[in-house]
Amino acid sequence: MLARASATATRGLASARFASTLVSRAGCLELGVLVPPSSRDIIAEPGAGVASPGTLSAVTAAKAIGGSVDVFIAGKDAAADAEALAKVDGVARVFKADNEALANGIAEDMTAAVLACQEANKYSHIMTPASNYGKNFLPRVAAKLDMAQVSDVMAIEGEDTFLRPMYAGEPQPTPPGLLCFHAALAPPHAACECAQHGRISNAIARVKATGAVKIMTVRATGFDKASPEGGSAAVEDAPAFESAGKSAFKSEEMVKSDRPELESASVVVSGGRGIKSEENFELMFKLADKLDAAVGASRAAVDAGFCSNDMQVGQTGKIVAPDLYIAVGISGAIQHLAGMKDSKTIVCINKDEEAPIFGVSDYGLVADLFKAVPELTEKLPARS
Amino acid sequence: MRVFVGVKRAVDYAAKVRIQADKKGERAQAPPAPLAAVDISNVKMAINPFCEIAVEEAVRLKEKKVAEEVSQLRVTAAARRVHVVAVSIGPKQAQEVIRQALAMGADRGIHVTTDMRVDQELQPLAVAKIMAALTGEHDPSAWLLGKQAIDDDSNQVAQMLAGLLDWPQATFASEVEVSEDKKSATVTREIDGGLQTIEVPLPAVISADLRLNEPRYATLPNIMKAKKKKIDTVDAASLGVDLAGQIEVLEVSEPATREAGSKVEDVDALLAKLKADGLL
Repeated sequence: MLARASATATRGLASARFASTLVSRAGCLELGVLVPPSSRDIIAEPGAGVASPGTLSAVTAAKAIGGSVDVFIAGKDAAADAEALAKVDGVARVFKADNEALANGIAEDMTAAVLACQEANKYSHIMTPASNYGKNFLPRVAAKLDMAQVSDVMAIEGEDTFLRPMYAGEPQPTPPGLLCFHAALAPPHAACECAQHGRISNAIARVKATGAVKIMTVRATGFDKASPEGGSAAVEDAPAFESAGKSAFKSEEMVKSDRPELESASVVVSGGRGIKSEENFELMFKLADKLDAAVGASRAAVDAGFCSNDMQVGQTGKIVAPDLYIAVGISGAIQHLAGMKDSKTIVCINKDEEAPIFGVSDYGLVADLFKAVPELTEKLPARS
Repeated sequence: MRVFVGVKRAVDYAAKVRIQADKKGERAQAPPAPLAAVDISNVKMAINPFCEIAVEEAVRLKEKKVAEEVSQLRVTAAARRVHVVAVSIGPKQAQEVIRQALAMGADRGIHVTTDMRVDQELQPLAVAKIMAALTGEHDPSAWLLGKQAIDDDSNQVAQMLAGLLDWPQATFASEVEVSEDKKSATVTREIDGGLQTIEVPLPAVISADLRLNEPRYATLPNIMKAKKKKIDTVDAASLGVDLAGQIEVLEVSEPATREAGSKVEDVDALLAKLKADGLL
């Protein structure tokens, strides 16, 4: 089960705050990758010193652009994370900013630290994983450099050409009874334009960044993870900067879980409104334990208080792309689909066979989840 | 205390957008014809949901009497008056969302007019520069913005505005508490893996996350009252800001659609399929 850990209990985990990739050298591209600290988004032992999955994906994205890749990691006690990043395949240099002011990812200080690094190295590209951590400070960096930012890059076609999603947002819950937007327009689904009701109402834009420095956040699920082994980068101290001293960190409440991290898990089981209560959500945890899976949720489930908000999968929550995604009691609102449609195999369990989730599922089971989930949990082979 | 709230007119969250056939992000005709690419000509538009949450929070601050002028020198009723200003940038229809903010409780509006398409042509950096220019002129104590617009999905303007103004920022807010003396705000933020609480001195830029509040419905009497509230109009070009974007949209296409799979009879059949695919 989830437990709220106090700020002090988790402080040890929050060692490195971010790593960034900066790429470019004389004659070739210089790329800077700002990566989050390992502890920020994965469950790790205190001072674990591992490169986070989002970071590994960002390094792959940086390598796709070419040039040399530097990684910037900021935080308090960033040394262990810096060592781990130095071993990541394809990383040329690691800049470590060990500084109390950077311990909590405060945007003003992060920006000052990144700008100092940019001043010293003149990167052509600066990127960070599109997590809340990176989204918080990178646009501020961009504004300070008078550069645009390309958000949530999902594919790289060249040093200035990227693919990014637009129009995916639907942060409101789907009104009860409305399963598909077309269902309201054309009640007999036969006349509905979207043959599969799970079709995502969004657009993929191919964009060209024309600024001198390309600044971007990258969507982790768009890129394979770089190998955490095989690299031998030098670790250097990041250029000094002056703390802005504006915002003050007060406290942190991290959700503690011993399950795999949602965004990097190979199996995700996710519950929705159909679960009906917080107690019933225990079914999901039991199923997850059997599969060694992470547990996600739809916005409806989060809003109804069945589980914590950092478990939300969807356009305004986490974007996941596991090998196996099991959606239980989730109708499949567009906004939820936007967060999981790139999963390799999607299974859904829903008693309403008209639910749009069936439109994107590889295997759909029309059944009462309160019967099917315990049965599935029971019959699954135990994982060693 | 004067609070400025940014409101964007965007495609309604429940509307389905269409991609225009030629897919090109170029203008079909000379300006001010809209860019091609995403066809929003006959789509229902509404206030961006995150902006609506920002308006609600500003109005709640006002109701808590926080957004009040506390200067000892100006104790007149007018000076003590609560002041929430709704700002929107876009074509003339942007006034609709300002009216909605006024009906929710904002005191007045500023409409920055432009013919540029606000979903791809007028980009976050330019929007932040426009807001920074307005800040210089009107001296607000805080900007409340949504964390992202659901058309371009950028999630940048608040951070960029704070950077341009060199103000502190509190993004992805799920709780905002302004101190007694109105000199600072304590903001709880949604971060990866949990919540973080920070204290920002004012003036500051705060961006609203979904769980900050539940926006109220504008009642008919309030909608009628809002019609009498004032909206100032400013031409974006007159603000001396570079509006040119650094991101060129080359093409817009539909994402690959996923083939619907099969339905299985029971749990055993499901397990058999998953085993056959090597997933168990």
